[in-house]
Amino acid sequence: MRLNFNIEGGDFTKAGSASSQVKKTLKQINVSPTIIKRVVVALYEAEVNIVAHAFRGNISVDIEPEQVHVQLTDEGPGIPDIDRAMQKGFSTASPKVREMGFGAGMGLSNIRDNVDTFKITSEVNKGTTLDMTVLISDNQ
Amino acid sequence: MTVRELVQNLNFRVFCGEANMEKEISGGYTSDLLSDVMGHAEAGNVWITLQTHKNVAAIASLKDLAAIILVKDFMPDDDMLAKAQEDDIPVLGTGEQTFDVSGKVFNSLRVI
Repeated sequence: MRLNFNIEGGDFTKAGSASSQVKKTLKQINVSPTIIKRVVVALYEAEVNIVAHAFRGNISVDIEPEQVHVQLTDEGPGIPDIDRAMQKGFSTASPKVREMGFGAGMGLSNIRDNVDTFKITSEVNKGTTLDMTVLISDNQ
Repeated sequence: MTVRELVQNLNFRVFCGEANMEKEISGGYTSDLLSDVMGHAEAGNVWITLQTHKNVAAIASLKDLAAIILVKDFMPDDDMLAKAQEDDIPVLGTGEQTFDVSGKVFNSLRVI
């Protein structure tokens, strides 16, 4: 099963709606709560990253019996130094985003801690792609 | 302890979610950083914060939190309230500051 979502950069009122829809779908097909929690944390953080940093993006979620695979692609400023972006506490978020309690530099590490595979590629002034997988069978 | 019992014990204001206060509270989490809550709060926790925007309700819903407690007489934004109502998340309030509220909630939960 594949779910697709378009995300608008800067629109915080809708941040989390893709995560919420994916959570509902995983619940309906009886995926274990532990797996759902991990997918939701990782997907929410990645979704908010697009809203906070990019102009627009797309989320594609493939739900298979043995895994949930998520690919997020965005058009945006890209990440010049991915290793640095992965460090806890490092953030390039705007003051407005920080005031809301986002942009604490915890998002990417939250994602990495909750998924089984994690791959991020980025081109400056073009955009970023994040691929991540949560295995279902190994974690039941 | 249920959310309703906590509200009665500590005299919290109820902004919404009156019908969904029988949830058992598993603990509490105090933070104003949304990613911190997203990464570390547990299902059934009450979340103590001064953030009042819609994303707070969205996170509480995604994390299956028992309730949100706003401190220092902060009021939920209209869209936060609407989202919390839609997702059946109780939003509570108090005039006290974060440290005091956290201590009182902690002690209330420890007694049981």
